[in-house]
Amino acid sequence: MIKFKLKSSPKATFLLAIILKAFSVNAQSIGSDLGSLHGNYELDAQYYRPDSLIGAPKVPEKVLSNAFCNLIYQKGKLSAGMRYEAYNNVMQGFDPRYKGQGIVNRYVRYQDKLLDVTVGNIYEQFGSGLLFRTYYQPGLLYDNSLDGFRVISSPYKGLTFKGLIGRQRSFFSLGPGIVRAFDGEANLNDLLDSLINPIKTKIVVGGSFVSKYQSNLDPTVLKPLNVGAYGGRVNITHEGFNFYGEYGYKENDPGADNFATANGKNYYSYKPGEAIFLSSSYAVNGFAVLLQAKRIDNFAFRSDRDATLQNLLINYLPVTTKQHTYLMPAYTPYATQPRGEVGGMVEFQYKIKKGSALGGKYGTNITVNLSMVNGLNKIGVNDSTTTSYLYTAPYNQIGTPYYHDFFIEIEKKFNKKWKGTFMYANQFYNKNIIQFGTPNAGFRNMTSNIGVVDITYKYKSNSAVRFEVQAALKDNTDTLNLGSWTTAMVEWTPNTHWFVALLDQYNYGNPLNKLDLVKVNNNIGLSNVFGESLYHYFLLSVGYTTGPHRISISYGKQRAGIFCVGGVCRNVPASNGLSISITSTF
Amino acid sequence: MKKIILLFSVFALFSFTISKDEGGKLPHVLLKKLDGTKTNSSTFNNDGKPIIISFWATWCKPCKKELDAIAEEYEEWQKETGVKLIAISIDDSRSSGKVVTDVKAKGWKYEVYIDENQEFKIAMNVNNVPHTFLIDGKGNIVWSHNSYSEGDEDRLYENVKKVIAGQKISH
Repeated sequence: MIKFKLKSSPKATFLLAIILKAFSVNAQSIGSDLGSLHGNYELDAQYYRPDSLIGAPKVPEKVLSNAFCNLIYQKGKLSAGMRYEAYNNVMQGFDPRYKGQGIVNRYVRYQDKLLDVTVGNIYEQFGSGLLFRTYYQPGLLYDNSLDGFRVISSPYKGLTFKGLIGRQRSFFSLGPGIVRAFDGEANLNDLLDSLINPIKTKIVVGGSFVSKYQSNLDPTVLKPLNVGAYGGRVNITHEGFNFYGEYGYKENDPGADNFATANGKNYYSYKPGEAIFLSSSYAVNGFAVLLQAKRIDNFAFRSDRDATLQNLLINYLPVTTKQHTYLMPAYTPYATQPRGEVGGMVEFQYKIKKGSALGGKYGTNITVNLSMVNGLNKIGVNDSTTTSYLYTAPYNQIGTPYYHDFFIEIEKKFNKKWKGTFMYANQFYNKNIIQFGTPNAGFRNMTSNIGVVDITYKYKSNSAVRFEVQAALKDNTDTLNLGSWTTAMVEWTPNTHWFVALLDQYNYGNPLNKLDLVKVNNNIGLSNVFGESLYHYFLLSVGYTTGPHRISISYGKQRAGIFCVGGVCRNVPASNGLSISITSTF
Repeated sequence: MKKIILLFSVFALFSFTISKDEGGKLPHVLLKKLDGTKTNSSTFNNDGKPIIISFWATWCKPCKKELDAIAEEYEEWQKETGVKLIAISIDDSRSSGKVVTDVKAKGWKYEVYIDENQEFKIAMNVNNVPHTFLIDGKGNIVWSHNSYSEGDEDRLYENVKKVIAGQKISH
């Protein structure tokens, strides 16, 4: 029955479309019966001017652009969608393998009470994603959708099963490996209704099995063709208390993610992978505490053992450090090290009550956050007779520091016109590990003290001016950790439609002269240069928004950096020029 | 697959006549509740009164500004119009644990769900957060707005009142 539906539905809707065309004069009044078509698009384009002072490269095309458009058709239990993407050519800072244009995503889905079936490109996540997550983040060009088949079924109240099979998107084609994924989840309160519900505790448990198959064309190295990974999770809540825990185990999976060279020989790790993610919180009105911990050991999981960067990842390893919104603290973000790390975070939030001496008329919000990540203490055993390396990583020992971040923020509304945010952060950043994945990349660790003051003055009911001052003082001035920064910004929103913003980022305390920086750029290559310079980076932006449509134009210099959204990061080189961005939902 | 592409090209010809502004319904997507259990967006209901759906994230400053601004007047809005705000967090598993602590610490009285893998965000064609939708009493999407600037909450409330009065909304 379901199969029949799936095969016939696109045809049926196509016929429907023809009929609708005939009645298009009346389409408005009968629109809801014929289903709805909606979508969104985004166009980003930039005109690049080379600027050797800030390390902005010469772009032969002069103009580069990224664009996409999603369309979704929905009628009752049936939905279908597609996405067109175009890169002419892909903008700076993205993987150049995004080249050309085409339809990269299309699916048909039929949702019934018993069965929910999708064919085509699928986004799915099991638990927190430790074992399986296919995800779409256009801002980072992150798309590892599974092109295949998915069935979701809830045969009994409180039980949900998911099964998927397919291959993952890799730029404009598919990866070489086949992914098979199965997940079961039980909501114990629904399942054991009368037994559990008198107590206020809610419990959800789940388990997953994910396996990949990839042939091995390299006869000299033994690599398993099938690699399985499995794990379990539990979520318990009781009034203000919340606990989530997940554990994952992966069979040995030698590949680019655990590759090493020593004494001129190549080694792969055949150690099974392990991952633990714990998140716990207690929250009542006006007070909350969050506690997270994570341990990762050899847990990158891809449908192509030779893939690198963000390509063909099957799973997601959440970062357990503070996700910053302001520019300066966000310039040196942490990225999960799948080869091994152990870390944790604690955050307190408190709202000083309205009407108290410190709270004032509107109350005051205070957030304090501390996060730390260290490497594992790996005790290695290299076997010179084979291509494998083995190690142990005791649970009760930790390795070298990778990152820490101490953060305090105060948000305060003074009166109807004025409000402000005050922030301080102290960050430690192990550049060798975080940016190059090896302790021997040749850089020193970096410590920054960062302050932000953000003041909004609302001078009319719909008009405001916002001022932002940020400073990042760095403790060392290694060749590529270039000095300290101060940022100032003024943003004016005269009404709901328009905004104008002027940003200046100033780099100082920098030991390099101009020529040295050019030399550094040429020697290291652009991907490794983070664009710091001796000068001001002015950037003027103007934007217009109406309903779900938005257009913005910027002109000036942009500092290079690492931009992270939704847990994945990309390096963006410095640039100088004119850029335009249009987004719309329809 | 060629058929699907053809289907869309045909539909695209008159997409404006059946676009969401003319009464598109909410897609059916599973969302996570703050207690870890799941619910379907098709169950969103406010007894025939309008619903505001606001997409936000714990790391999105303008989103939280908007929800803070509405929070100050939410009680009054509810008393006057019966409107309900549903806040959809698009935080992934990195920060989804922080949704409940943010909501409680801020003292927000909204219905909150987590769209951890952004399936609802994709189905609603949201580009960036904040993005706010207004749903009329019959479940039709009648208005939406991207981004937040100071005072936008007043315009949103004007639109809520227009929906109740059965008037047309312009951007």
